[in-house]
Amino acid sequence: MLEQIDLSTVNWARAQFALTAMYHWLFVPLTLGLTFLCAFFETIYVKTGKEEWKELTKFWMKLFGINFAIGVATGIILEFEFGTNWANYSWMVGDIFGAPLAIEGIVAFFLEATFFAVMFFGWNRVSKGFHLFSTWMVAIGSNLSALWILVANGWMQYPTGMAFNPDTARFEMKNFFDVVFSPYAISKFTHATTSGFALSSFFVIAVASYYLARRRHVLMAKRSIAVASVFGLVASLMLAFTGDEAAYIDAHYQPMKLAAMEGLWDGTTNAPVVAFGIVNGMKKPGDYQDPFVFEFKIPGLLSLLANRQPGSFVPGINDLVFGNKERNITGVTEMMEKGKLAVKYLAEYKEAQKAGDVAKASNALTEFNKYKQYLGYGHLRSPEEAVPPVSMTFYSFHIMAAVGSAMILVFLLYLFYTAKGTIERATWLYPIGIIFFILAFIAGEAGWVVAEVGRQPWAIQGLLPVSVARTDIAPVNVKLTFFMFLVTFTLLLIAEVRIMLTQIKIGPKEVN
Amino acid sequence: MIGSLDLATLQKLWWILASVVGSLFLFLTFVQGGQTLIWQLGRTEREKSLIINSIGRKWELTFTTLVLFGGALFAAFPKFYATSFGGAYWVWIAILFTFIVQAVSFEYRKKPNNLFGPTVYEAFLFINGAIGILLIGTAVGTFFTGANFVLDEYNFVKWTTPFRGLEAAQNIFNVSLGLFLVMNARVLGALYLLNNIDFTNMEDFKERTRNAVFTNFIAALPFLLIVLIGLLTMDGFGVNPNTGVVSIVPFKYLKNLVEMPIVLVILLAGLALVIFAVYSAKFLKRESGIWFAGLGTVLVGLAVFFTAGFNNTPFYPSRADLQSSLTIFNASSSHYTLTAMTYVALIIPVVLAYIAYVWKQMDSQKLRPEELEGPEAQENY
Repeated sequence: MLEQIDLSTVNWARAQFALTAMYHWLFVPLTLGLTFLCAFFETIYVKTGKEEWKELTKFWMKLFGINFAIGVATGIILEFEFGTNWANYSWMVGDIFGAPLAIEGIVAFFLEATFFAVMFFGWNRVSKGFHLFSTWMVAIGSNLSALWILVANGWMQYPTGMAFNPDTARFEMKNFFDVVFSPYAISKFTHATTSGFALSSFFVIAVASYYLARRRHVLMAKRSIAVASVFGLVASLMLAFTGDEAAYIDAHYQPMKLAAMEGLWDGTTNAPVVAFGIVNGMKKPGDYQDPFVFEFKIPGLLSLLANRQPGSFVPGINDLVFGNKERNITGVTEMMEKGKLAVKYLAEYKEAQKAGDVAKASNALTEFNKYKQYLGYGHLRSPEEAVPPVSMTFYSFHIMAAVGSAMILVFLLYLFYTAKGTIERATWLYPIGIIFFILAFIAGEAGWVVAEVGRQPWAIQGLLPVSVARTDIAPVNVKLTFFMFLVTFTLLLIAEVRIMLTQIKIGPKEVN
Repeated sequence: MIGSLDLATLQKLWWILASVVGSLFLFLTFVQGGQTLIWQLGRTEREKSLIINSIGRKWELTFTTLVLFGGALFAAFPKFYATSFGGAYWVWIAILFTFIVQAVSFEYRKKPNNLFGPTVYEAFLFINGAIGILLIGTAVGTFFTGANFVLDEYNFVKWTTPFRGLEAAQNIFNVSLGLFLVMNARVLGALYLLNNIDFTNMEDFKERTRNAVFTNFIAALPFLLIVLIGLLTMDGFGVNPNTGVVSIVPFKYLKNLVEMPIVLVILLAGLALVIFAVYSAKFLKRESGIWFAGLGTVLVGLAVFFTAGFNNTPFYPSRADLQSSLTIFNASSSHYTLTAMTYVALIIPVVLAYIAYVWKQMDSQKLRPEELEGPEAQENY
């Protein structure tokens, strides 16, 4: 199964997934939030009947449409990339993973696709009420699609509701509701969508701030800011709350990821959070190097966040790799030994079955069942392989957390000056709003780096490493498609940004 | 009731569901067909604009149906998804690529400062309509002519040619099926435009569109003939239901049509409906042909998928190793997953109902050139 692993294929496939997913995530958060903002704006229009609100809605919808198109373009590849670059993965977990993707298509994509046309071309073809309904359906549809894909992602982080079937050599679903309502599914969905809401609010605030700075479309800009700052504040508070929840469940189900996020090598009680620091990139499991070149710690905070219990023990990378008897932690080293036995007995079982040796097959299966939970670890070559890239995870996490916390304050400031009625004079705030729009992108991408790089080497946490999950294909193919997507998506991104900036410059239609 | 269905019934049910989605996609390729007609039928900017805005209001439905087809195959027949996408790598990548460029083209074509200019986006639409559909047809052809893969005991796929799927284009049957689908999409596209656009004071444009229905149908005939003759005469792949052993069976697909007369009826009815639609457009000057040709295309699609997958036929046969061939029974998800998915599928009628309702709401008035040129024009494609 593992004899001829070609690492360069798997690395190009990983690079391609990172590339396509990160490009996709440039557009998705804006879709998720801007669609709700459009729905809010249009609701106000329908309630008040004021034409200015209609033009305001149409303006934001136009920008939404430009962004939506490229979101669709970058999205289709992700759906099929599981098959093209990760064929073994698709077979081994397709029985569980395929379902949410199909459900996403049935319940979410058609809502978006059907009502999108009404939203853009239906102003004079359907009633006001039905148009508003359609806008809401697009908002709900896009967020439902996020729900199902994040259920799928949540399952990769925390595989549940399934069992391994040695006859088919795959994992099979045993409980649909365990998959859908897993703590990871809920956490991923709430955290990712609220991050989209916050980013979209910054988009509206940034564009409106630009107008205020230029003294153009002042009324429209103020109204947009009023709605967006409320939405953004609520979203950013929820973002912080769901972020705390995400760290808590990481502590329980992906302790290695949490340890990497905080650069915690040796587990300890009263574990600190490193507020900021420079990671020692040379440090390896088991050595005695200092993990940080420089750090500023807040003692005890990590214990509180991870376990919600002051002073509690938080395991470090070394505890997880080498085990910690005192704390009852089984290390990767030990799990690998058992995993190798699982791999061996599975091969014996397959061989005996082929040869028609029933007794031998039954024996092999009994032995396999003893170790099957460690099957994934049997594919690792060294215990160190179980450690994700610490620096990248650490920095990404800290950038995300810092921007996420600061954005609450920025939304508060916008809301404060809007409520006071002096937002027009708070010119110093505009550049901050615009910068935070860009920072929100960086934070969102960094969040995905934490989630995905932080669980390496696993395609499915603890069960299937990426090296086994890949397609058996020569690296040159994946390399070629990597550059194909890089060039295409970059060109399309440039086109999108240019179109978007031009439309922003043109601005909304003024109603007299 | 769903909970008590046995595995084989669910496997058949999901092959039918996947076939329905795939066949609906073939109907909705009127969008792609229309994309290839932009330059040919649109002599003026106004005519081009009408074509693009007419099909442009439906492109996402076609796109979504294709994505759902992929998703449904992943969920219901994951071994096919893994084997074909991972194996016939370049065919699928090329298809996906044409859909990536399609997705931005309607929206960006007319927007100022769009980097490439309108002609490039129109070319993207043409490539998607022509190459995209040709390759999809070629890929479907391998359901009958087979593909070059071997599965090991862990069901991991090995492809036996370095061309990773592109070798399917060497087979005249596969390519003819692809070309037939391209021409059929163009027939559907022209029929859709005929029905969707208000041609008042544009008789010349209307005549051109009507003629396109006919000429593209004529152009489709030789390829249809090759496909039909090929299908009825070729050696096919059969699986012994008792032993599961796959072997070459002479005239397998002819036998399937004889042994499943209902499929033969569906096929003939589908072809008849398409022919009637073309006839009614060209000679009776009717505008409703799209509905007949659309239904006809769905029926032909169903007949193709049923012939490929039912009656002890491996739907994705391997030329390299007969015993690696995929049947709806050995490639499917587990009993539990298919059951769960069947509950989810109960929502499909609701989805179809709201699509039909919105379609009717949006298309009850035909598309007029004035809509694209007034003060609201900037919101159009």
